[in-house]
Amino acid sequence: MIPHRQIAPVASLTVPALSISGLSVAYDDAIVVGDVDARFMSGTMTAIIGPNGAGKSSLLKATLGIVPKLAGHVAFFGEPLETIRDRVAYVPQRAGVDWDFPARVIDVVLMGLYGELGIFGRLRPSHEKRAMDCIARVGLTDFARRQIGALSGGQQQRVFLARALAQRADILLLDEPFAGVDAATEKALVQVLHALRDEGRAIVAVHHDLATVPAYFDHVLLLNRRRIAEGPVATAFTEKALAETYGTRGAAHV
Amino acid sequence: MAPAALPMFDAFLLQAGYNATLVTLGSMLLGVAAGVTGTFLYLRKRSLISDALAHATLPGVGLAFLLMVALGGDGRSLPLLLVGAGLSALAGLLCVHLLSTRTRLPLDAAVGAVLSVSYGLGIVILTVIQTLSAGRQAGLEGFLLGSAAGMLRSDALLIGFGGATAALLVILFRRPLLLVAFDAGYAATRGVSPARTDLMLMVLVLAVTLTGLKVVGLILIVALLIIPPVAARLWSDRAGVVVAVAGGIGGAAGYGGAAASATAPDLPTGAVIVLLAFAAFVISLLVGPVRGLIPQALRRARMRGHLDGTG
Repeated sequence: MIPHRQIAPVASLTVPALSISGLSVAYDDAIVVGDVDARFMSGTMTAIIGPNGAGKSSLLKATLGIVPKLAGHVAFFGEPLETIRDRVAYVPQRAGVDWDFPARVIDVVLMGLYGELGIFGRLRPSHEKRAMDCIARVGLTDFARRQIGALSGGQQQRVFLARALAQRADILLLDEPFAGVDAATEKALVQVLHALRDEGRAIVAVHHDLATVPAYFDHVLLLNRRRIAEGPVATAFTEKALAETYGTRGAAHV
Repeated sequence: MAPAALPMFDAFLLQAGYNATLVTLGSMLLGVAAGVTGTFLYLRKRSLISDALAHATLPGVGLAFLLMVALGGDGRSLPLLLVGAGLSALAGLLCVHLLSTRTRLPLDAAVGAVLSVSYGLGIVILTVIQTLSAGRQAGLEGFLLGSAAGMLRSDALLIGFGGATAALLVILFRRPLLLVAFDAGYAATRGVSPARTDLMLMVLVLAVTLTGLKVVGLILIVALLIIPPVAARLWSDRAGVVVAVAGGIGGAAGYGGAAASATAPDLPTGAVIVLLAFAAFVISLLVGPVRGLIPQALRRARMRGHLDGTG
């Protein structure tokens, strides 16, 4: 059956899926993220938006320990990442990996089981079955044995989503999931993400297209090195906050 | 014994004596290790670093020889020469790492600089050694192009054991190695440190390089790390199969090269091994089922047939 679980509602209402406090990130001598506070709740879908160089990807990567934090504290479900890695899934930019890699769709999805298998654990038929269930969930059953380079951009993004599902993640952090996919594919991806959110997962995505924010997301974090605004789209995604995020010139993009 | 009229087949059938048999099997294991380890290096796109690493062994070989002679030995102990080689290779690796991370020098330039400078230094040291009358320096140049002929029984055992250990370790740690090679960022979020995994891979590559120094030689060992994986990639879209095929090609090349060398001791073993690996690459390029030229042409022809059929 479909491998999703409902998250205990009590926990999801009280403890944020992700809380960030005072997070700063620096490369060389430039501060790219400065003293950012943010909270992301289970059952919500948040867009991190801001101009190029605003530190969106850096915020995501520092949160996940991929790049070092200069300062600040990060907690997933009230705990440090190290203790609950399986519940936290990173969905990287599609362009970040080599799609010519000798791997089939199922091989990539099975990578999601690393937390369970470890280095020496034996791969059992039950693991393969779970991977296939996750692949079915994102609609790629017919492609499970294809080499990943033979997929379209949207299908590749769905492979990453299936990998996140395979690790049984309760929060997904996506870096520009819609980059380089066509409109129809984008809609299909959003549908999958909405379904995951409605099951109680927290979805956090770096996003570029301001026009689609209200349709796709229920929360926003406006970022330009520092936090400009945060909250439900209805209250935080305002003309004024956008002007402050993008500068007055940038507001014309909306 | 086989008839004397066909002496060259003796070595290939492991009938050329106990020593030659050990050397042949040892270099086969070395080839397997190089193919297997090289595949992960290739998938991580770090193949070229192994070239700098291999060339950086040469100063260490020379210095270890000088040190042994200075201490009154004949400078022929393979384990001690390899310790010297390993230390200077590590120094070279450190230079590549520092140059590529702390300066604006791109990785390929750093590799080129370290490769050529350490090779130059090594050649100077070897030349100095040749002017000395102390020690038995004959044979040191065998480290350049490899020579399986005249190898001691203990050397062959060392090479076989080293190769088997390296191959086993790589296969044991295949999961984190693959995770990092495919998607280092995701690996980090799963608690697999890319930096530590890369370091482990480099140590294993160093082990294979040192193991292969005597048989293949430091100039050509990189070919044994690169050609089998590239050939194997033409056979499969699955990493596990690519690793296995690369190990098979490397092993066959190592076996064939050492056997040929036992038959014709003047042949440089390393060069023969690399040419055999290259032959495997050419065959793979032609008939490799996934990306070989002939299967590709057949698939295209079939597609065209479909078009004609429907149109």
